[in-house]
Amino acid sequence: MGAGKTADVALQRPALTLTGGLALCLVALAFGAVMIGPFGLTPGQTVAALIGRGDQQAAIVVWNIRLPRVAAALLVGAALAAAGATYQALFRNPLVSPDILGVSAGAGLGAVAGIFLSLPVAAIQVSAFIGGMVAVGFVMLVASLVQNTDRTLTLVLVGVVIGALAGAATSLLKVMADPYDQLPAITFWLLGSLAATTIHDILPALPMVLIGLVPLILLRWRINVLSLGDEEARALGVEVARTRFLVIVAATLITASVTAVAGVVGWVGLVIPHIARMLVGPGFARLLPTSALIGAGYLLIVDTLARTLAQVEVPLGILTAVIGAPFFVWLLARGRRGWS
Amino acid sequence: MLTAQGLSIGYGKTRIGSGLDLSVGRGEILCLLGPNGCGKTTLFRTVLGLLPALSGTVFLGGKPITAQTRADIARQVAYVPQAHAPPFPFEALEVVLMGRTARLGLFGQPGRDDRMIAQNAMDRLGIAHLAQRDYSRLSGGQRQLVLIARALAQEAHLIVMDEPTASLDFGNQAQVLAQISTLARDGAAQGCGIILSTHDPDQAFALNAQVLLMKDGNRQAQGAAHTVLTDANLSKVYGIPVSIETTSSGRKVCLPSLNVQSTPTITSDAFIIA
Repeated sequence: MGAGKTADVALQRPALTLTGGLALCLVALAFGAVMIGPFGLTPGQTVAALIGRGDQQAAIVVWNIRLPRVAAALLVGAALAAAGATYQALFRNPLVSPDILGVSAGAGLGAVAGIFLSLPVAAIQVSAFIGGMVAVGFVMLVASLVQNTDRTLTLVLVGVVIGALAGAATSLLKVMADPYDQLPAITFWLLGSLAATTIHDILPALPMVLIGLVPLILLRWRINVLSLGDEEARALGVEVARTRFLVIVAATLITASVTAVAGVVGWVGLVIPHIARMLVGPGFARLLPTSALIGAGYLLIVDTLARTLAQVEVPLGILTAVIGAPFFVWLLARGRRGWS
Repeated sequence: MLTAQGLSIGYGKTRIGSGLDLSVGRGEILCLLGPNGCGKTTLFRTVLGLLPALSGTVFLGGKPITAQTRADIARQVAYVPQAHAPPFPFEALEVVLMGRTARLGLFGQPGRDDRMIAQNAMDRLGIAHLAQRDYSRLSGGQRQLVLIARALAQEAHLIVMDEPTASLDFGNQAQVLAQISTLARDGAAQGCGIILSTHDPDQAFALNAQVLLMKDGNRQAQGAAHTVLTDANLSKVYGIPVSIETTSSGRKVCLPSLNVQSTPTITSDAFIIA
């Protein structure tokens, strides 16, 4: 199908322009975010620090403090939005967020258990990641044992059940935790934050996210077909059970990896795919990169606000909810253009 | 092309029908008739390989359907569901392109050739002008035609249609019916085999189809429309007096009796059941 490429390129040119525009915006946003902070930098100082000139202090601020955090915000935002777009297509529902199958609840339980046991930070992150993956694995296992013809509904309902169980276990640990030392750490983690993120936190998460993105990119056409529903997708030639399993594992890997780094950051995966769908339509090949770019930019803005709004850090989850909830209502009010 | 003998259909341990024989080749139309709940949909799902047969085997292209992959099956049989609205606003052309899935590699995307085939399919049904429209905002009749175009793009020789004229207005019904007739009998393009279900026996006459008349999952009668669709058979299957009449133009139509005397009987029956 070598000749097919030209037509595709012609058809996707507006989308490519849009992607390029969004990428440029992202670079500008990232540059701005590096400048802004308690130790304010001029554009000149920032450029000098980035290319390895200028004064020592500015270089330390840029390379050791600002850049890791900007990178973390970009990664977490892109990952959550990409996972959200995937889950929404897979579950044929625009109101689905990445935590639909209990990945956040599981990661939360894993992290809280780690904090409760006074584990080191890296171990807490591993524990959160494993918690998220195990929760979703458990959901898929239980759902496969339930005899019901509607697989999607079964998965969602089992997800709710497992999520609630993990939530109960988390609450139990909160009650038992040391209220002066552990409880604030738990609360802060459950609301999400990049305040303590270093380059050592991002480096393990990045390859996980990239590995998770590979099947989503490869299966981009089949994910469209899956959004027609099981029966039709099978009649069109898709091995639904296998494909869905692979897509869920990939999207969960992405979500669990960034949740382990940033804590539970809600709303990004729910709201951003809507905006992306308004811009490029529901075709997954264009929806996935557009969602990721917008998600990255959005979380970068929110995280920059989180560290500059007040003397103390505002947890990310609070800001994404405060911005996301009214925005979502506005989306609903302006007539459901992103879905039907 | 598609044959099945002694087929029993149902879900798990629940048997819905048995003793069903089917055979559909190119250019043939098989029309499934029967009251609500008689097992038409279950039979469709079995024939499409979406539901395992309880006994008996469905053969597709000479091979048991259970031994074939979904893509193999999709290259031979296309399914036209009742017009529905997907949750996302795909363009009509994108929906038609999804018919190409079984022809693409696992990681493939439709290319220019696939686009041409999809556009030709829409052309053939006279809906090329709908290509860029939001599928979810089309009318029921337009959506049904888009789904038929998708089946054409699938390039299968057999098309299974679940009540293709349900919920369509009078004019759209006739239009869709005319398209079905053309698909099966189009000599140039080598006609498709078509299996469809309907609630309107007149359509079986209009399509000059083979008929499988079902009641409670079992075959009531099977054969050419003019031999199967008799006063007696239809009256028995639908539980109301039906008479077949021939119009002055020579077409046969089925007329249910609207005799007022039968009404109280039905009502009292309903009360007894309740």
